[in-house]
Amino acid sequence: MSETTTLDVTGWTCPAPLRDRPRVVMGHGGGGALSAELVQHLFAPAFGGEVLAQMGDAAAVTLGGARLAFSTDSYVVRPLFFPGGDIGDLAVNGTVNDLAMAGARAAYLSCGFILEEGVEMSVVARVARSMGAAARAAGVEIATGDTKVVETGHGDGIYVNTAGIGLIPDGVDLRAQRVVPGDVVIVSGEIGLHGVAIMSVREGLEFGVDIESDCAALGGLVEAMLAVTSDLHVLRDPTRGGVAAALNEIAAASGTGVVLQEGKVPIPDPVANACAILGLDPLYVANEGKLVAFVPREHADAVLDAMRAHPLGRRAAVIGEAVESHPGLVVARTGLGGTRVVDLPLGEQLPRIC
Amino acid sequence: MKYIEEFQDPELARRLLDDIHATVTRPWALMEVCGGQTHTIIRHGIDQLLPDQVELIHGPGCPVCVTPLEVIDKALEIASRPDVIFCSFGDMLRVPGTGRDLFQVRSEGGDVRVVYSPLDALKIARQNPGKEVVFFGIGFETTAPPNAMTVHQARKLGIRNFSLLVSHVRVPPAIEAIMQSPSCRVQGFLAAGHVCSVMGMGEYPGLAARHRVPIVVTGFEPLDILEGVRHAVRQLERGEHTVDNAYARAVRPEGNPAAIAMLEDVFEVTDRAWRGIGVIPDSGWRLSERYREHDAEHRFSVTDITTREPAECRSGEVLQGLIKPNQCEAFGTTCTPRNPLGATMVSSEGACAAYYLYRRLDLTPVRATDPIARTAPLEASPVV
Repeated sequence: MSETTTLDVTGWTCPAPLRDRPRVVMGHGGGGALSAELVQHLFAPAFGGEVLAQMGDAAAVTLGGARLAFSTDSYVVRPLFFPGGDIGDLAVNGTVNDLAMAGARAAYLSCGFILEEGVEMSVVARVARSMGAAARAAGVEIATGDTKVVETGHGDGIYVNTAGIGLIPDGVDLRAQRVVPGDVVIVSGEIGLHGVAIMSVREGLEFGVDIESDCAALGGLVEAMLAVTSDLHVLRDPTRGGVAAALNEIAAASGTGVVLQEGKVPIPDPVANACAILGLDPLYVANEGKLVAFVPREHADAVLDAMRAHPLGRRAAVIGEAVESHPGLVVARTGLGGTRVVDLPLGEQLPRIC
Repeated sequence: MKYIEEFQDPELARRLLDDIHATVTRPWALMEVCGGQTHTIIRHGIDQLLPDQVELIHGPGCPVCVTPLEVIDKALEIASRPDVIFCSFGDMLRVPGTGRDLFQVRSEGGDVRVVYSPLDALKIARQNPGKEVVFFGIGFETTAPPNAMTVHQARKLGIRNFSLLVSHVRVPPAIEAIMQSPSCRVQGFLAAGHVCSVMGMGEYPGLAARHRVPIVVTGFEPLDILEGVRHAVRQLERGEHTVDNAYARAVRPEGNPAAIAMLEDVFEVTDRAWRGIGVIPDSGWRLSERYREHDAEHRFSVTDITTREPAECRSGEVLQGLIKPNQCEAFGTTCTPRNPLGATMVSSEGACAAYYLYRRLDLTPVRATDPIARTAPLEASPVV
């Protein structure tokens, strides 16, 4: 080795800030902090309105005396077909689940297709059949739709938008603002399956075991929970941004803290291993058939029993509680006994270099 | 598949912690070299569970953090070109250059792709003969061999539209530089196990003897870290300074000869700038003359790069273990993962990001009056 340098700390500086992004980046759709900022600082001021300000998965509106849940979502998943599902059933189940998180049983869906010129008709047909089957399974009718075609190179084959409405039962009022310290946090099952399943096929990664998406409609599970008590405080489906984003959104909106018992979160081995290989945190990985519930302590056992009796809630588990301390923040107690903040993800999770 | 749980077992961790608590009689400062180790320590709260006398200092081993601004800016310029497909590992996309990052280049129309292996980039080059495909080759001894192999393959297969933008760094010269700094407080090292799994342990005995510091080759799971700390503390308490292998399941003393041979074939040792630190002699690799046609810096004339760094960021000191992240005035105020001043706040392996993400609840920013927060300036050296 040649002569060793001496180091001058006085000059040590590092990079320039990226205060504002003049253009949309992928992270703006990642379900994390960038997405939230886009909605809060750009869309919400432009649109105004009290209903939008609720910022739930679905809007709760009153129309002609009926309390309705109303939601829309767009699906740009790649590849179109993946282990455990496809863009079709994802588009149906995603919107059904958004409505279910307001306590509503989805009644009608709309469906908008943006098709890329050149996509095979058999692929479109397969997606349509899958949507029909998912709708029938969820007990919902696709009532209206629209089709547009864009030129080759302007889409990823098929994009689907669905919107849906459903009736919110009397006495049900699911909002993050209802969360109070002492509420028990329950997750309906094993997390991370959808995100890892998509990654495994999108990136050609193989983890030694088959991992299937958990894509499913949660209306029935929510009904089973509401049959125990209508006094659930909030439900959230932890899709993009995962459980971490869902808990952070609830903590921020409710002004309560959340303590998560890391060791209690059900994480399947293949998901844990895939995340370990890629340097990802399963808490941030997307799910498409799970929910997170904040339940008053006195109802928690009964709700948990009801969830476990339902096929989509067999692995339901208590993973934490709402607390007075550290309002708006989610803190995990680690398996070893330490603590850490579980933050809202910034944008999309990025695999680490090593 | 039980690769993880058994190395996170709370009961075994408790036993190791008890042993460390029973062994320690006075304060010791250990540096974990690798950002992956920092991540594990903070994520699992290991620093909270160790005796107060054991201070863990976070070292410079985050490949994302130490890649110089000048190289990032070169990457941004190359990636902006219409004839280029720029491939990178994911976590480099968010690292700010002067005023922008690779995500932004992509949003402006640049063809920037995340790959999981440099061989994927080579595949892209074969599929796109009309494009120049550039792979961002950064990192330590862990990522250098596969990148070397990719260049070797490109040459062998005659894939002329593939090149590597190289900013590879080597750990031992960095340890040497840290120990030579008059401000150095490090008394022992947890060496990066994956680096040693490639390079072996042969580079460390000289360092340990010369600077009278124990060096313990350490893995990345919580029990690995605790085992590494235990080895280091035992040595320190006994006044020893040897090289221990606490990661024997992955590290052989001789390392991986095939990987080393590949490195020697494709790369040559060079002085290398470390972001926030400066140039450390012999601390990097560049493509050797034989492979010059696959050197992106050679192929694209990326000159006239003017770098600009914010003065308030102190990540260089964080990388050297001279201050803790919360001892920087900007920490958590003007510098957050959303608005990072420096790479240590951007990278998921960066110490500042780890502190902010996992530990900000119980951290109070420490201002410049703190005795450690402003170490005495050292003698001048080139800073890039």
